[in-house]
Amino acid sequence: MSGVSEHVVIVGAGQGGLQAAMSLRTEGFTGRISLIGEEPGLPYQRPPLSKAYLKTGAADALTLRPAAFFEKHDITLVTGTRVDSIVRDTGHVLLGSKTLGYDHLILATGTRNLRPPIDGLEHALDLRTLEDAKRLRKELDRPRTCAVIGAGFIGLEFAAVARALGHKVTVAEAAQRPMARAVSSPIAARFAEMHLQMGTRLCFGQAVKEVDETGIHLPDGEKIDADLILLAAGVRPNVELAQAAGLPCDNGIVTDAQLQTADPAISALGDCAVFPDPRTGRLVRLESVQAATDHARTIAKRITHGTATPYAAVPWFWSDQSDLKLQIAGLAFPEDDCIECENGSVLRFDGDALTAAETINNPKVHMKARKILALQAPPGRDTLKRAGYDLTLI
Amino acid sequence: MVKVTYIAHDGTETTLDGAEGDSVMATAISAGLDGIVGECGGSMMCATCHCYVDDAWSDRTGPRKDGEDDMLDCAADDVKDTSRLSCQIKLTAELDGLVVHLPSSQL
Repeated sequence: MSGVSEHVVIVGAGQGGLQAAMSLRTEGFTGRISLIGEEPGLPYQRPPLSKAYLKTGAADALTLRPAAFFEKHDITLVTGTRVDSIVRDTGHVLLGSKTLGYDHLILATGTRNLRPPIDGLEHALDLRTLEDAKRLRKELDRPRTCAVIGAGFIGLEFAAVARALGHKVTVAEAAQRPMARAVSSPIAARFAEMHLQMGTRLCFGQAVKEVDETGIHLPDGEKIDADLILLAAGVRPNVELAQAAGLPCDNGIVTDAQLQTADPAISALGDCAVFPDPRTGRLVRLESVQAATDHARTIAKRITHGTATPYAAVPWFWSDQSDLKLQIAGLAFPEDDCIECENGSVLRFDGDALTAAETINNPKVHMKARKILALQAPPGRDTLKRAGYDLTLI
Repeated sequence: MVKVTYIAHDGTETTLDGAEGDSVMATAISAGLDGIVGECGGSMMCATCHCYVDDAWSDRTGPRKDGEDDMLDCAADDVKDTSRLSCQIKLTAELDGLVVHLPSSQL
């Protein structure tokens, strides 16, 4: 990109959108910044909603930056406002009856909960926004029998908190194991074991058929009684705004290695963006704080300085469930090999290349993996094998 | 309230009132102080809330917590004996007057 943008409009005031605004100022951008969010209130952290917040209810602790911060850094925060459309020809966005011109537009629209076509799903609650989490917390103030649809991070984090509070919990999952999209079988098995030990019932290979006000119906005919039903079956990227503006979308808003969409005046970041995986070039979409904030920094540098360093950050993810902390460094594809290490961690390989390390309560290996994966020429499988697959010896 | 003084790399001092039980990181973030990022929100997944506890206070803030050493390994600035993740220092009445120094960069 050449020339200096005068007005950057950011659509979406989640952690990624906010980071873009903050990084623009850190990089020395002196033009106007408008950060537009659909939810009310100040930008907040989502990860704790299914973890610490459910336990403590401390909503103030979620706020990412106070109101005074936006004033101090001259960032115009517009909340409770939905952007209806993008007019690319003239460089405007439409918000209700208002229009707002942009020189550069950043789409940080995030995701929304996937609501599969299951009869009676209106009886199930969501856990995505602060409002959702507040409602759930209120529902948990008396003994409950919970049914959770989906054994991904959110469903299991909720299950761990609810069970620890003494509620009965059953989790139904369509796949044969928990967190099937995110982790290898050995790690999934250890989490399943922990949940079983807590007294949570897990039903795998059970795509919920029907929901009613008294519980959920499994395909094998079993009815699981519940007076609190949580839907946690994954998310869908919010691409409609980009799609309607004619930008290519493919399970997310398609960007290049600089997080730029097909339109040089529009970037996309975080959960709603698909971008080329730096290692394989495959288009990927990540749902993480890391991707949202690292994308934001890359875009802010490009807008401010016109430089276009290809995005190459090492992905990382975490999940806290009871006393187990899952940490993932890197990005493995389902077909990648899986090596179980003596220290309990799992290394994933694509041929000779280390692609990811999955660890439980082992920050040392996790951080070492992040360092190794960031190297220009990371040690190959044979080298790691000679070290007994102990990354801390590398 | 527990007073905490943050001394930025350029020497600028900011004293904030924190609540007992809150962390040194959260106190800085909720006041919008620059110099502490706290990207993971205190989940010990990053090292962007790195601080150096003033020598006069390092006994009272205690040793690093489990895993803190490993995360500090990836801190952007030099790690010293007094380096801590400020999300892991919880304010107590005994820490009233605490002084921490901030690194030149967190990323």
